[in-house]
Amino acid sequence: MNTFKGFVVKEFRQIYRDKRTLTVLFGMPVIMMILFGFAIRNEITNATIAVLDFSKDEITRAITHQLAMSNSFTLVASLENYHEVEQLFRAGKVREVVVFEHDFAGKIMRNGIADIQVITDATDPNLAGLMQHYTSRIIEDYIISVNKHQQIPVTGVIPEIRMMYNPELRSVNLFVPGLIAVILMLVSAMMTSISITREKELGNMEILLVSPLKPHHIIIGKVLPFLALSIVNVITILVLAKFVFNVPFKGSYLLFFAEASLFILTALALGVFISSAANNQQTAMMISLAGLLLPTVLLSGFIFPIASMPEILQWLSHIIPAKWFLIIVRSIMLKGGDVFMLWKETLILLAFTVGFIGLSMKKFNVRMG
Amino acid sequence: MNPIIQINNLNKSFGQVHALKSISLEVNESELFGIIGPDGAGKTTLFRTLATLYTPDSGNVSVLGYDVVRDYKKIRPLLGYMPGRFSLYQDLTVEENIRFFASVFGTTLEENYKLVEPVYRQIEPFKNRLAGDLSGGMKQKLALSCALIHKPRLLILDEPTTGVDAVSRVEFWDMLAILVKDVTIIVATPYMDEARRCNRVAFIQEGEILQVDTPEAIVKSFKKPLFGVSHKNRFKLIRALKNYPYSESVHTFGDSIHYTDQRDLPDLDGLKTYLHDMGLENVEIGTLIPGIEDSFMALVLKEANHA
Repeated sequence: MNTFKGFVVKEFRQIYRDKRTLTVLFGMPVIMMILFGFAIRNEITNATIAVLDFSKDEITRAITHQLAMSNSFTLVASLENYHEVEQLFRAGKVREVVVFEHDFAGKIMRNGIADIQVITDATDPNLAGLMQHYTSRIIEDYIISVNKHQQIPVTGVIPEIRMMYNPELRSVNLFVPGLIAVILMLVSAMMTSISITREKELGNMEILLVSPLKPHHIIIGKVLPFLALSIVNVITILVLAKFVFNVPFKGSYLLFFAEASLFILTALALGVFISSAANNQQTAMMISLAGLLLPTVLLSGFIFPIASMPEILQWLSHIIPAKWFLIIVRSIMLKGGDVFMLWKETLILLAFTVGFIGLSMKKFNVRMG
Repeated sequence: MNPIIQINNLNKSFGQVHALKSISLEVNESELFGIIGPDGAGKTTLFRTLATLYTPDSGNVSVLGYDVVRDYKKIRPLLGYMPGRFSLYQDLTVEENIRFFASVFGTTLEENYKLVEPVYRQIEPFKNRLAGDLSGGMKQKLALSCALIHKPRLLILDEPTTGVDAVSRVEFWDMLAILVKDVTIIVATPYMDEARRCNRVAFIQEGEILQVDTPEAIVKSFKKPLFGVSHKNRFKLIRALKNYPYSESVHTFGDSIHYTDQRDLPDLDGLKTYLHDMGLENVEIGTLIPGIEDSFMALVLKEANHA
């Protein structure tokens, strides 16, 4: 026991002494939160639009006013003909043009139906889709409100949309769980694998092997400090999420920390596994970055929804631990999910963890070369 | 009494490289045993095999009565191993390093202080310095202290004096001379002059052991007359000596050139005349008592002629 304690003390001491890495480890969650929370957003604010109004009646003016009033859009031009639309788009002055047909109000009054054309600059397809969506919401809202007062006979079905769990469609709510997954992967898996391969690279492992330290002493001793570090990181992110970004937290904190610890263990086990394959720090880092970080960011559903991926990538996403963790965290934070809803994902993470630990114990080389 | 180390017909290859060729060796209790050989001779491979870090391709190796393959777990706690490369934690202080190794081996610095004292006392004034900031000689003293801290029965020291200044080298060997009263030591070195400090030495070259004996016996095995030749133009002298038809070996040792002749009774006057003809005047030639370096050089030369 003394043997193992000595090793753990040494590990903490070395990490504590490496101030630069420590700063990065604790600073990273904060910087990433701020980046993702403020800079990278899916919602639209102040997108430039123009209006081409062939009707110029009170309804079209009212709708134009509604669009201009919204936080999402800024009205930059009123056009006279189609020729100008193309020009404005080419010059990059506007991202969307709303066109009202001739005699708009009259047609609404007579037939209950009139046409609006929404033209968007689809060089950024995500943005274009969102803008169209926002525009039609604003127009629909207006029509409904007018309907109530003036009894205009609007026919046709107007869909009533309701967004569950994240009614404002705030992307930060979605990013926080993903960020937790990415940061834990990065800190736990990469730092562990680098820390173990450093012992190999600098020749320390040569002496450690010729000592009463057993493989599981070395592995657990390496993993413990990063477990502690990662939990601190989770707390940092949660505090930032709650007090800076007002992300709701509906479920149980206890369950959340239990699941987070499980995921940290999964990542640590992965890190140990990587280090059994890599012989120097650089290889370990490359494997961690390319093999863990990229799939975690791209395939876990963090940024891109899994449901819209090609089938083969959807299959691939099943073997990304972060995907399951993301389902768990989103459920706990946004839906108030409990153990009964999440036992399946939890079991999958558990299986990953046990599997990786088993593999790395087996692969741990008690000799050299 | 059983030998501490017993090696029978040990072979080890790495791909195409035959690193150790049918090595057989015995090291006895309380011996200070030296393995002398140039870089790439196979010293580190041999030492890692003894430290149970490499497994032999063929042959038997037993250390302290245990087989290095089967019983490696029993051997490891009994070894004090110092790898050729400095393998302590450079980001920990001197004291933290030694306390770490003490705790890993289930002991404390205080408990075994007496044992490491001859070595550790010399670096204790710097105990709060980071190991990475120590000089080469002090690093090696620290590494030796760490290898000793758990009272091992066998010390395996792989090139402990490489990259260490001359004074520290002498100090290091002085310490080994004290330590060998309590522990068997096997030490590798590329410096032939250090062979003198061992009880017995083995000379290793290209994976083969050429000779195993006491330093005195090795010196005595050098039978030929040995001459020291000197001239202010050493480069020209060496070239001339090498081109002399009766020349057997020409080696530089410090200020003079050590020369042996192919004939049993060398004709010194003839040599002087030859050198004079080559434009080298006032060459000094004197007889020398051969040292251990001369014996090793002769061994290498003999081996080369065989091949």
